[in-house]
Amino acid sequence: MELCSFLTLDSFITDPLTHDFMRKALLMSSLVAAVCGFLSSYLTLKGWALMGDAVSHSVMPGVVVAYALGLPFSLGAFIFGVGSVALIGFIKQKSRVKEDTVIGLVFTGFFALGIVLVSKIKSNIDLHSILFGSPLGISLSDVKQTILISLLVVILLSIFRKDLMLYCFDPRHAKTVGINVFFLHYLLLTCLSLAAVVGLQSVGIILVVAMLITPGATAYLLTDKFDNMTVISVLSAIISSLIGIYVSFWFDLETGGSIVLAQTFIFLFAFLFAPRYGIFKLKKLFAGFK
Amino acid sequence: METMNYQNFRIDAENICVDYNGKVALYDANLRLKPGQICGLVGMNGAGKTTFFNALTGFVNISKGKIRINGESVRSAQKDQTIAYVPQNEGIDSQFPISVWDVVMMGRYGSMNIFRSPRESDVQAVKDAIERVDLSDHLSTPIGNLSGGQRKRTFLARAIAQRASILLLDEPFSGVDIRTEKLISELFIQFKNEGKTILLSTHDMIHVREFCDLVLLINKTVVAYGETSEVFTPENITTTFGGISPDFLFGPES
Repeated sequence: MELCSFLTLDSFITDPLTHDFMRKALLMSSLVAAVCGFLSSYLTLKGWALMGDAVSHSVMPGVVVAYALGLPFSLGAFIFGVGSVALIGFIKQKSRVKEDTVIGLVFTGFFALGIVLVSKIKSNIDLHSILFGSPLGISLSDVKQTILISLLVVILLSIFRKDLMLYCFDPRHAKTVGINVFFLHYLLLTCLSLAAVVGLQSVGIILVVAMLITPGATAYLLTDKFDNMTVISVLSAIISSLIGIYVSFWFDLETGGSIVLAQTFIFLFAFLFAPRYGIFKLKKLFAGFK
Repeated sequence: METMNYQNFRIDAENICVDYNGKVALYDANLRLKPGQICGLVGMNGAGKTTFFNALTGFVNISKGKIRINGESVRSAQKDQTIAYVPQNEGIDSQFPISVWDVVMMGRYGSMNIFRSPRESDVQAVKDAIERVDLSDHLSTPIGNLSGGQRKRTFLARAIAQRASILLLDEPFSGVDIRTEKLISELFIQFKNEGKTILLSTHDMIHVREFCDLVLLINKTVVAYGETSEVFTPENITTTFGGISPDFLFGPES
């Protein structure tokens, strides 16, 4: 039955669209991907991949507590996301332990707390959907939260686009000309926490860091212009989301994993064939054929 | 005789100390520079040169002492774009996806609106600055595709576009080609005539003698400070470098 459907590309694309949950999943995941992709440029250039991993794992207990108390899960996640960053900063400053160790230590601690809480608080929390995402089963209230948070992050990033670029590139110069570097640092961390919160619905807590770094890394291989990098990053994130959801629909695969895998394949493609920075340098290949 | 109140000094640092989590990086350091003076900052790695720069720009807080820039606080100097910092080539990510034009435009950010949208005057300032460092053919070149010397000139152009009256240059001559070196030395003369004050760190003893009116030798604190002809003596240099002779230190490098 499924094989027949593959015969036309048209039905491959349109058939899933007849399902309400699929339309919603495609839309919401694209939105989430766009937000994470936007932020991704900054995180990869700033070298905050590990920070992204930390924040996204640390939101776990926040999600659990919020569900248990009947609060918006994004609120709980945000508090623990920002809390983890504050704690990392505090421990780093007050001890001689190196930063990457502190990051690893704090986020695994938070993550473990989340898992323990899930087992203790017997409610209708679906551990699987928190860990691996459930874009196909997203509720209406989650849709509203996601749209609100996404808009907020996009607006913040758009307003402070150039300042954040300067902050990533040369914070010392920013400070010298009177730009508030402290504010930008926490703005970026806030956006990171918020993006992790919306991203985890698509791909889950464990893989959300991929949404935050892979599109940026892909774009970084494809361009030397910051604005182009942002555009490519957003586009590759959206395309990965669409591919991932379609593929998971037709082949009955885990959706979150499929989305991230699609991102990874796009990255690999760029890694191999990017015109300037790929290992095979597509331009040279074509030149060889002439 | 000249009156010696603060206003006469572009930079007036008095007994400044900087420590990082209790580890002292710089203590009891003094520096006074007037408009049009070029001062060399000389010391070993880890002697506090970068810390000194960071204190003057407000990138780190001083734990003791006082800094006056044109008689005002560091914070108001930041607001007024008074100080420009030209980083060491190693101090920046050369693979950052950004063009010469964009870097130089960053010199104008401090005086732009919140969206940092360039006005006509900003565009003109950037154009002029790029012309002065002879990079007009490279406006849209990504900095990753520039030579070390061209990259250095890009950051000099940023300082020019900023219209700062004080320039802090971290190793301006390291890793640059002859052409850039010549251009920088010509710019120094122009800056001096424009009344700008320059503080530059360098490893190269010849450059100190060539360009610097004054020299500040530091090793966590000031070892010697004054007119280059008087202070820049082999004895002082040896003391600055912890008893090791400068020939040994700089022979193979320069």
